[in-house]
Amino acid sequence: MSEPLLQLTGVTKTFGAVNALTEVDFAVHAGEVMALVGDNGAGKSTLIKCIAGIHPIDAGQITFEGRPVSISGPKDSAKLGIEVVYQDLALCDNLDVVQNMYLGREKLSSFRRLDETTMERTARETLASLAVTTIRSVRQPVAALSGGQRQSVAVAKAVMWNSKLVILDEPTAALGVAQTRQVLDLVKRLGDKGLAVVLISHNLHDIFEVADRITVLRLGRSVAEVTVKDTTQQEVVQLITAGTLSHVPGQAEVVA
Amino acid sequence: MTDIAPPTPVPGQVTGSEPAVVPAGTDAALHEDGATLATYARGRVQAWRSGDLGSLPILFGIIAIAVYFQARNSNFLSAGNFVNLIAQMSPYAVIGMGVVFVLLLGEIDLSIGYVSGVGGVICALLLLPDGSQHSAAFAIVVALLAGTAIGVIQGVLFAKVGIPSFVVTLAGLLGWNGVVLLLIGSRGTVSIQDPFVNGIANDNLSHGWAWIAVEGAVLLYAGIQYLAVRSRAKAGLPNLPVSLILLRILVLAAVGAAVVAVANSSRGLPYVGLLLIALVLIGTYVTDRTRFGRHTYAVGGNVEAARRAGIRVDGIRIAAFAISGMMAALGGIILASRLSSVDTNAGGGSILLYAIAAPVIGGTSLFGGRGTIRSALLGAVVIAGIENGLGLLNVTAGTKFVVTGLVLLAAVAVDSLSRKGRASAGRA
Repeated sequence: MSEPLLQLTGVTKTFGAVNALTEVDFAVHAGEVMALVGDNGAGKSTLIKCIAGIHPIDAGQITFEGRPVSISGPKDSAKLGIEVVYQDLALCDNLDVVQNMYLGREKLSSFRRLDETTMERTARETLASLAVTTIRSVRQPVAALSGGQRQSVAVAKAVMWNSKLVILDEPTAALGVAQTRQVLDLVKRLGDKGLAVVLISHNLHDIFEVADRITVLRLGRSVAEVTVKDTTQQEVVQLITAGTLSHVPGQAEVVA
Repeated sequence: MTDIAPPTPVPGQVTGSEPAVVPAGTDAALHEDGATLATYARGRVQAWRSGDLGSLPILFGIIAIAVYFQARNSNFLSAGNFVNLIAQMSPYAVIGMGVVFVLLLGEIDLSIGYVSGVGGVICALLLLPDGSQHSAAFAIVVALLAGTAIGVIQGVLFAKVGIPSFVVTLAGLLGWNGVVLLLIGSRGTVSIQDPFVNGIANDNLSHGWAWIAVEGAVLLYAGIQYLAVRSRAKAGLPNLPVSLILLRILVLAAVGAAVVAVANSSRGLPYVGLLLIALVLIGTYVTDRTRFGRHTYAVGGNVEAARRAGIRVDGIRIAAFAISGMMAALGGIILASRLSSVDTNAGGGSILLYAIAAPVIGGTSLFGGRGTIRSALLGAVVIAGIENGLGLLNVTAGTKFVVTGLVLLAAVAVDSLSRKGRASAGRA
């Protein structure tokens, strides 16, 4: 496989006496959906916060597009083209879709006026390029949108800024069946567009549907990196809970 | 409404073609292709049902006030009283416009009453004809700067130190009252003799200039609308129906013409009326067309989202309190101009309550994130209307306070209920 877009080698992060991450290795390629799984407290959130620049790492190396980089703040990661969609989505309910997508990065025209026309056009184009067709008007307040639509807006907002890597934190956790489908389709399209996607989820069914590879974290260590095609949900569950496989892959499963 | 994506996405067009089912019945529905006046009306009714009342309560309120007081005293709707009303409402409207910025953040500024007092007193003292008096322009600018500085101090205490705005400005309420008393000292009453400052609220535009000013503002509005429509059409974006835009311009022109015609049949339009128009235009430009305005709404809607979007939340907060302080000082100058004097009561009484009530009655939410500059103007019409009407009926101060308190309570109740309505309609 080609050179990874983002590669973490031996990343360690401690909070006082707690070792949140211990020599974690992690890599994601452009055009690939990488799932990050692990039990509660395994270090998933800490890992993405390290990538996003919220927690600077204590040791280890991060390379982006082959160059070693230091990410010491959210601005650094945004500059590299890394966007994170957090679980709470960080949308303003009272603002409309366009206003949310451009929040903090509004386009201005003459006299420092907001350039609403350009912003609305670009927002529509971005949503259309992601085939988000369920949002009827980009001028309705986000409060009027369903959970799936809000997720779509948050993802479109992340994608709009020429980002290369999009990290999605539990995008389907609070969604119903139809809305989960909508978001999973969107995740697949992101990969098809050539973006690198990191997907955090507890739902192995969703992961097996959209992810190409899976990185398993356990107690702050990366214990395995498996390809979805060559594994089963049962194996992944075993890796999450025990950290190792009790059998050689390919052999008949032994159900305890 | 289902969320399953249709099998064939429509390239280049995000919106569907069923405007009637757009849940947001406001302007959002209109940015659909082929929207007409009828779809707009349907959308509005839907929005009202789901608790988004817009300026509906205020229109009913103004009509009810006009009918009631006119029935009790036929002088209420006379041209002379109408001109009085403009001067009477202007301090509440001006101070209220400043408070809108603080309310949009979901905060409160309880100090504005006595900050207006400080502004008025500083202006009056600088104009004292004691041989070393200053020009009117200098006095006004210093008063405005003092109000701004007070706002900045309170904003810093709130945003940087982290004291709740309620407490900071409650301390301000007492502290600036003290400053007013200290500044006035043993004088008791300071009368203003400067013709310019006294003229702000007491002199009137010539009839011709009043027409030019008001209808010029309408033309400006029409021009802005035209440019927006043209720019959206050029970009291939759907527009509001032309009939609706024309209707809005016509209503505005008619209201403006009525105001000028009535005022001109008496003394004429007060200068302060012109100031109100200018402030509404500038304030609306700031809230709707600038980055600062957008960020103010964002901080009021979701602080965390605003912070993650890179908005300097502290800066927005300090600026909002600074604007509130500056507008309060301006309101204080207008009040001093009306009375041609300031005394130890400057900024006291019901000014604080009326100035906060004005935007709330006009539809600005106390919960943050929702509101307009014009709400302060509309609410001030209601408040000054009640104050003026009850004055004509010669009721006691006690009755006045009770009635105004009830009106404020009703306005906040409407705000709270419509918020609940939006929540149950999924639009909180």
